Amino acid sequence: MSTTIDTLARPPSEGQFHAARRWSRRFELSHPVSAMVVRRLITGILTLFLVTIVIFAATAVLPGNAAQAVLGRNATPDRVKILEKQLHLDRPAVVQYWTWISGVFHGQFGVSLANGQAVSSIVKGRIINSAVLVLLAGVIGSVLGVGLGVLAAARRDGWLDNILSVVSLAVTALPEYVVAMAVVMLFASLVFHVLPAVSVIPPGATPWSQPSAIVLPVMALVIVIVPYIFRMMRGAMVEALESDYVEMARLKGSPRWRQVLVHALPNSIAPTIQVIGLSILYLAGGIVVVEYVFAFPGVGAGLVDAVSARDIPTIQLIVLVLAAFYVFMNIATDVIALVATPRRRLPRS
Amino acid sequence: MTDGAARLVVDGLRIIVAGSSVDVVDEVTLTVDAGEVLGLVGESGSGKTTVSLALLGYTRRGLVVDAGSVRFEDSDVLTMSADELRQLRGRTIAYVPQDPASALNPALKVGFQLREALTMHGGGDSNRLEVSERMAQVLAEVGLEASKEIRGAYPHQLSGGQQQRIALAMAFACRPRLIVLDEPTTGLDAATQRHVLDTVRGLCRSYGVAAVHVTHDLAVVAEIADRVTVMYAGRLIETGPTKAVFETPAHPYTAGLLRAIPSPERREVLVGMEGQPPRPGHRPRGCSFEPRCDFAVAQCAAARPPVVEIEGPARTARCFRAEEVVRRSLGVGAPVSDVMVSQDGAAADAVLVVAGLVGRYGEKEILHGVDLAVPRGSCVAVVGESGSGKTTLARCLVGLHGNWSGTVAFDSQSVRPLARNRSLKVLQAVQYVFQSPYTALNPRKTIGQLVEQPLAHFYKLAARERTARVVAALEAAALNEDFLGRYPDQLSGGERQRVAIARALVVEPELLVCDEVTSALDVSVQAAIVELLRRLQNERGLSLLFITHNLALVRSIAQEVVVLHEGSVVERGPTDTVLSHPVDEYTIRLLEDVPKLTSLTDSCHVSAVTPV
Amino acid sequence: MARNGKEKAPSSGAASPAHLRRHEWVAVLGAAARSRRGAIGALLALSVVAVAVIGPFVAPHSSTEFVTSAFTGPSGRSLLGSDGLGRDVLSRVLFGGWLLLLMAAVATALGAIIGTALGITAAYFRGTFDGLIMRAVDIFLAFPQIVFALLLLSVAGPKLWLVVIAVGISHVPQVARVIRSASLDICEKDYVKAVELLRIKPRKIIVGDILPNLVTPLMVEVGLRFTWSIVIIAGLSFIGFGLQPPAPNWGLMLNENRIGLVSNPWAVVVPAVLVAVLTVGTNTFTDAIARVSIGVERPVGDEVFLGVATLETEK
Repeated sequence: MSTTIDTLARPPSEGQFHAARRWSRRFELSHPVSAMVVRRLITGILTLFLVTIVIFAATAVLPGNAAQAVLGRNATPDRVKILEKQLHLDRPAVVQYWTWISGVFHGQFGVSLANGQAVSSIVKGRIINSAVLVLLAGVIGSVLGVGLGVLAAARRDGWLDNILSVVSLAVTALPEYVVAMAVVMLFASLVFHVLPAVSVIPPGATPWSQPSAIVLPVMALVIVIVPYIFRMMRGAMVEALESDYVEMARLKGSPRWRQVLVHALPNSIAPTIQVIGLSILYLAGGIVVVEYVFAFPGVGAGLVDAVSARDIPTIQLIVLVLAAFYVFMNIATDVIALVATPRRRLPRS
Repeated sequence: MTDGAARLVVDGLRIIVAGSSVDVVDEVTLTVDAGEVLGLVGESGSGKTTVSLALLGYTRRGLVVDAGSVRFEDSDVLTMSADELRQLRGRTIAYVPQDPASALNPALKVGFQLREALTMHGGGDSNRLEVSERMAQVLAEVGLEASKEIRGAYPHQLSGGQQQRIALAMAFACRPRLIVLDEPTTGLDAATQRHVLDTVRGLCRSYGVAAVHVTHDLAVVAEIADRVTVMYAGRLIETGPTKAVFETPAHPYTAGLLRAIPSPERREVLVGMEGQPPRPGHRPRGCSFEPRCDFAVAQCAAARPPVVEIEGPARTARCFRAEEVVRRSLGVGAPVSDVMVSQDGAAADAVLVVAGLVGRYGEKEILHGVDLAVPRGSCVAVVGESGSGKTTLARCLVGLHGNWSGTVAFDSQSVRPLARNRSLKVLQAVQYVFQSPYTALNPRKTIGQLVEQPLAHFYKLAARERTARVVAALEAAALNEDFLGRYPDQLSGGERQRVAIARALVVEPELLVCDEVTSALDVSVQAAIVELLRRLQNERGLSLLFITHNLALVRSIAQEVVVLHEGSVVERGPTDTVLSHPVDEYTIRLLEDVPKLTSLTDSCHVSAVTPV
Repeated sequence: MARNGKEKAPSSGAASPAHLRRHEWVAVLGAAARSRRGAIGALLALSVVAVAVIGPFVAPHSSTEFVTSAFTGPSGRSLLGSDGLGRDVLSRVLFGGWLLLLMAAVATALGAIIGTALGITAAYFRGTFDGLIMRAVDIFLAFPQIVFALLLLSVAGPKLWLVVIAVGISHVPQVARVIRSASLDICEKDYVKAVELLRIKPRKIIVGDILPNLVTPLMVEVGLRFTWSIVIIAGLSFIGFGLQPPAPNWGLMLNENRIGLVSNPWAVVVPAVLVAVLTVGTNTFTDAIARVSIGVERPVGDEVFLGVATLETEK
């Protein structure tokens, strides 16, 4: 990831907070936090709804249509027309959209254009696989990133801090595929040969039953997000350590470890949560390339396959899943960050 | 009077910027006895906070102690190990910060932080009950209840006054023998400020605590300090008993400060000091104050003046002509010129009439029906503390804030709520000067461009004529032509505020609305700006609406005053009447609470009490 | 208000000469390049750019001619060996950069211009307009950038102009958000209010008063977006949705030479290193820009004046 600015992710805005309070009064919800959750959920669903429109528009409205794409070289005008009728592409766009969206509500996501199977069955297994990847990478990456960030900030400008800062600045700029290739070259193909370059997981098997297959993809993802989490955590801690209240603690005679852990850390939680949330969100995009490199059977690789095959229904579902993940993950991190910030959580008496 | 053990002796302290030879403070030598309050006075850039932090053995990032010692009870704080320092801080020497809102940890409950102060130094083995009792006792001392609400509150849930009291409680918790207070009353309203000062004085007296009170406000020093030392450009330039220094200052800078301070009791011309203190690294070879000094002679520029004793070692000043300055008796009690009164009582028509102004932010009503009138050519001051709604009033009048009802009539013509709906004529005739000179000027434009912008907008003039008028406006604000090509960040606060005033003047307005235009400036600069405004009012027949929280200032500039309290006008009338014979309870209390220089006559002397 | 109710003057010890202000972006670039990070970043990035731009003129072979058998190691004829179709890796590398850079530059410009326009207007006009734009931004931000690009390319296929547009549009939400946030800060400042009091047209205020104050955040954002454009466009080529074979393209080469990794690693390593060095360079340089501030309003905590480090703010 290449966001270099040490701007901290901001906690939910004042405006949102006051809006939540107005809502809480309107709906007689006592706690502004629950009001905020409700409000964000409603907004989130609305956003998702609009997202579906965008997805549909992108796949149905852009130049070239699905039928032509599927037939590819065999696309004679006649064949195109027949296929269009088969795929209901001759109906007006709005109707097509409605067909699709009502199908979504009923759990019917259509039939894959590539192999005729129900899309949901294809995607379900992949979602679990990718979820495992993202979860593992997220947890390991967060622990490493946060730990290193706190250490570096506590011994600011020391040798550890300098090395880590330089390294993280460099690694954070590397594209995921370069990292994945480097990992493959290092552990699978060129230098060591201890781990497989391709993640073979038989369909239907769970990822954790093939541990060696997930080590390298997880490693690649961890390398991608640790520098980002590290820099943000360090930035948050440094800002907290330079604050007036930590200076005050020092002037009260507080030892260093107490300044860091008791005074600075609680104030760094909110930005940290947001950063971790952002990293996990980033992984949702990162898995596309990384899974492709390792041929890992997850939604990322699935998306690439689907786009290659012009398998519109599958594309639509996977993108929808990813967008939904984005939206709700955002809500979760904002809410957690709000809870962790007393200043936002409790109004002035 | 002196208990030999509890003494702070600072000798030759020198603090420099790390890695260079640029000094921030130098040759700082002072003593404080047990039970004594020393006032450390200085304006911005004087180095007073650096010195105050050094008393706890602390320097901010980028600074390092180069020479000198800080001896407290015979141990040198500056040579202590980290462990010893930790034990010293909080227990023996305590610190009260400037801004309690940021000094209290926003993520921890106030009770937790207070308990931490109590138990940090060896109170850990006492049980919870004892600690709770001590906490209740400590809170009571600062006038707070030891209720669950207070203890369980987060800092942002408390008012500014309450936060500062918590900070005081934390400082006095371990019965330290020296307290360092860094401008503890800035930003607090008058009543709270009064309470804080009284509390500090009381606690010092009861426990025989020595105190160093850092401030820029000489009136506060007059009220609370036994001795005072004045800092300028990193050096102590005068030290001595408060009364003596204030009545017969021995240094021209001290005299200048005293002349710049407004008094709520007398109407006087404020004399500011032109120029600004030299920044670290730019200090001249001779006396740092020489460029601005009325007493300067050739000797002053050539060499640094030595410390001169005046009538004994208790009083010192760093000036070649100290004795002469003392003889002139330029301090409190010296005759001052009276303010020229213009158009007092003349039946001038009103340039601005406000009737029944109700101002809101969203659904909340801030102003509850305000009436006032500004006679043409005269200055009306609106006095209020924070939360009184005075800034909202200014913004509504000028059109920056549109959520109001009522009538505002300029030149007998009623105006629309928002500026963008008003006629150009009204916009040109009513000009607004903002509070903070640091955000009122676009940093990406030159001074010339900034002052020219309104002119070009309202008038169609040839370029040469425009430049001429811009230069004229700058000169009216006492800035010369050189400023045309500079950028705001090259100017000092006072200069920037003058640019803002010039910008307002260039379109030849009839009414100038000044919103706390001096609050962000040092005392000496404030005086100069106030005098400038007064002069402009006299010379041009300009009408002024002067909004401020500083009651003392009002007397030196306004013919009429309106007192605003929580959104309503509680008193109004000619300045002399309102300030000398206030009628409303709030006004009376306000006048009492404001620290005054004249309290010197009954300043307290602390008797030694055995420390607890 | 700052701590004690008085905002102290910013450290203007290095009061910037007036002429520097007229072209602030030049001054910022210069200062960034003079810092250590900036110099290294610029060096890395520019060397790769040089390779990409000059490459086509100095390549020993064409990018498609058959030079030697597949995946042979380096030899006199072919300094970096050959790829899967026997083509000279060195030549393909030299040809394979300029189009990538061009596409990234255009996509960045597209995203930056639209995003900035949206961000500033949203911040200035507030109200429903702002709400609308932010809603739209939220919707588009729900897609990871590469997923969004794939979505747009799914039906129409990997047409180059579509790739550029897709990537450019995927930048807009982020740029809009950042610029809006920076503009909000500026719009709240008194000097903008002072101009509003004159009833000057919004367009003039935006261009004359707000935009000049956005130079630094804008440059930083452009730097970031450019780095991202390179990553995504090369990435799309990597998974087969950018330039199609037989065109030489670093991203594409990374993928198509994977099979021969053991036989001739250079075919993968060299394009990978080039892309990596480029992105690290641009990222580092952008970081250097972020750390430079020239005379920016900063209330200096208390009166302590740090005479050193006038241009760099270390964090």
